[in-house]
Amino acid sequence: MVDPVTASRLQFALTTIVHIVFPVVSMGLAPFLVYFTWKDIRTGKPIYEQLRRFWTRIFAVSFVVGTVTGIVLEFEFGTNFAAFATTAGPLFGGPLAVEGMMAFMLEATFLGVFVYGRERVGDALYMVSAVAVGLGTWLSAVWILIANSWMQTPRGFEMVVENGHRVVHLTDPVAAYLNPRFFWMFVHMQNAAVESVALAICGLSAYFVFRHHVWDRPVEHAEFWETTLKIGLVALLITAPLQVIHGDMYARHVYETQPQKFAAMEAVWETDSYVPEYIVAVPTSVENLVDPRAKEIFGIGIPGGASWLASGGNPQATIRGLEEFEGPQPPVAIVFWAFRMMVALGFWFVLLAFWGGYRWYRGELLEDDLLHKALMASAPLGVFAVEVGWIVTEVGRQPWIIQGVMKTSAGVSPGLTGAEATATLVGFAGLYLGLLALYGYVVTRIVRAGPPDGADLRATDRTESSTGATADD
Amino acid sequence: MTSVDALSSGPLFGLPLPDLWFALLFFIFGTFLFLDGFDFGVGALFATREDEEIREQFLAAIGPFWDGNEVWLVVFGGVMFAAFPAVYANLFSRHYLLMFAILGGLILRGLAPEMYEQRHDERWQRWWGRSFVAGSVATPFLLGMFTANWLLGATALVTPAGLLAGLTVVALTVVDGVAFLRLKTRGDLRADLRADGHRALVAYLVLVVVTLAALYALAPDLRAAMRSPAVLGLVAATLLLAAGYAVATHRDRYYAAFVAAAGLVFALVAVIAVLLYPSVDPATGLTVEAAIVPTLSLNLMSIGAALLLPLVFAYFAVLYSAFSGPIEAGESY
Repeated sequence: MVDPVTASRLQFALTTIVHIVFPVVSMGLAPFLVYFTWKDIRTGKPIYEQLRRFWTRIFAVSFVVGTVTGIVLEFEFGTNFAAFATTAGPLFGGPLAVEGMMAFMLEATFLGVFVYGRERVGDALYMVSAVAVGLGTWLSAVWILIANSWMQTPRGFEMVVENGHRVVHLTDPVAAYLNPRFFWMFVHMQNAAVESVALAICGLSAYFVFRHHVWDRPVEHAEFWETTLKIGLVALLITAPLQVIHGDMYARHVYETQPQKFAAMEAVWETDSYVPEYIVAVPTSVENLVDPRAKEIFGIGIPGGASWLASGGNPQATIRGLEEFEGPQPPVAIVFWAFRMMVALGFWFVLLAFWGGYRWYRGELLEDDLLHKALMASAPLGVFAVEVGWIVTEVGRQPWIIQGVMKTSAGVSPGLTGAEATATLVGFAGLYLGLLALYGYVVTRIVRAGPPDGADLRATDRTESSTGATADD
Repeated sequence: MTSVDALSSGPLFGLPLPDLWFALLFFIFGTFLFLDGFDFGVGALFATREDEEIREQFLAAIGPFWDGNEVWLVVFGGVMFAAFPAVYANLFSRHYLLMFAILGGLILRGLAPEMYEQRHDERWQRWWGRSFVAGSVATPFLLGMFTANWLLGATALVTPAGLLAGLTVVALTVVDGVAFLRLKTRGDLRADLRADGHRALVAYLVLVVVTLAALYALAPDLRAAMRSPAVLGLVAATLLLAAGYAVATHRDRYYAAFVAAAGLVFALVAVIAVLLYPSVDPATGLTVEAAIVPTLSLNLMSIGAALLLPLVFAYFAVLYSAFSGPIEAGESY
């Protein structure tokens, strides 16, 4: 049996890690769907209808799994982190309530129109529903990140003792809800979602283009996949460089406002100036891998690199070491490696974008088999980069649930027993992994079935399904 | 800072905001139970029909709606968190296993229709059909248990009143589901559903009377409140609405029956709210006044809700009018 604190933390981590996949797909696909819908309505070309319908199927499945996994997260604040909910509720609950009313409602209701309503509503309302769904997914991120950014850089409140509990009282809504971290989080997350979907789109279409042009195998809808590849590549060319640029600014903001997390990201134990940026760093023993106080590190570093990044150009800048902070530390190895993976992937995506862009410019996009393989291999890496990015953000904040205000261990529900917490941890671990497998299976089937053919674009609508079926059997 | 000072000094326009938020919380709960209730009811009725074509019609009927309906539960959780954080924390952690069981039921119910449509072979559809039924029956049953435990301040997972309330809510969702399906179907199916509606209504009335009697016997603290004019009025309203539902169903007045079903749901939720008030959580003794968030948060949320809720109703109006009337062929993506 696991103790309630550990079980609650593991459960929240697991449910978040699985859930985040689906909002990323929704947020990232949203601008593509708006574009396909607009082109479909404006040009009437079958290719755009194919694109819209194919990606809408994937969006719809992602949305359903995202909904069922996301409701659990909201309720876990009450079930597992009741002490946090009691303390932070007066400030933190508001954004969640508004997220439901403003964003999730917009998305869920107009998704009904968007998915089932092409034959029922006029072009204008259909276009409005596409935009509303997209806007809903993005607004959800706004409110969730307003809440999360406050946990990272809390301000605009005072602590009051009420009925024997320490409770957060909101004093300055602008400072609390529009705290500077929110901006960096939102820009970085939103762009990451579009970039991740662009990578998935590129990888998927590269597979079919590769089969068709390199292997010379018969591929249905070859033209569809070529167009898709180009659209994905355009999106990647826009998002990949931006991600690196604001990622750098975001890291600087972390250095200024969460020095403990920054020290963990860079694995700096002793306060120092002219700190190197480690490309690789290996603890000298296995114990040191998990011991946050370990100092001995073998590594390859760029002299002054971390200081240079932290300060925006000064290699002499001082970085406060982990030893300056009292009490428990974040698990440094996890944060350090997650951060490195995210950064490395970010640069890899830029390279991939430029490589693809260059080949396209040279008219060799469809023939470069190495590029196709690289794109295929990179298809899931955008989502992976988001996962490790969130691990840096959330694990790097530990031991704090609200940075500098409340420890995570103090936030767990006081009455929760180890047996209860372990039971739901095991149950939901199984359920969520099953959900991921199911999602992968269903998406694979949708891809196998491919886009609807020109001929059945209209026919299937009338005959096959009065049901919203994806009709691929 | 002057605007913040103004928002911190007292409730907006001197309104009784704590009580309004208590009412809003239960209004949202009622809206969820009515809207997602018919989805649950359709799921329960799914078990009673073997014919593939009819099953497809059931799924098509709720297809465009259930997602939007379920968001009301998310809003219910969010509003309780935002307005009464201590209640949200105490109630949900106290009913820990029940909450996760409800979430499990919702996951099954939510996934099943989407998955059912993904493959058209028998084994796959049998499995997801069962999941759909199980999730659709278990969720309202567990919600009923949760509500009864909340009202009684019970800490045990299973209580006699909870079991009765669970059955009552399941019956209510079937009444609701029939009313909805009769709007969305035609011909023989629509006629057949009439009998289902009558049976479910009788079951609901019997169960609601037994549940209220059990509450009266088991909870001496509630007796005075149960004899109050408000509760007696709501019970009378329930009987009138039930009569209206029966007559409307019999005469094929589909919309009237649907509205009566809504009335039945809101009457039941109102009984719970009246019995609770002025407490919001009898187990901890927290009252509305004690549990409500501080003035500044409360005022900001009130402004937000006043601006957003009308918009939300506008979205639902668009959705329900776009898909009004019986299901037609050609509703796919």
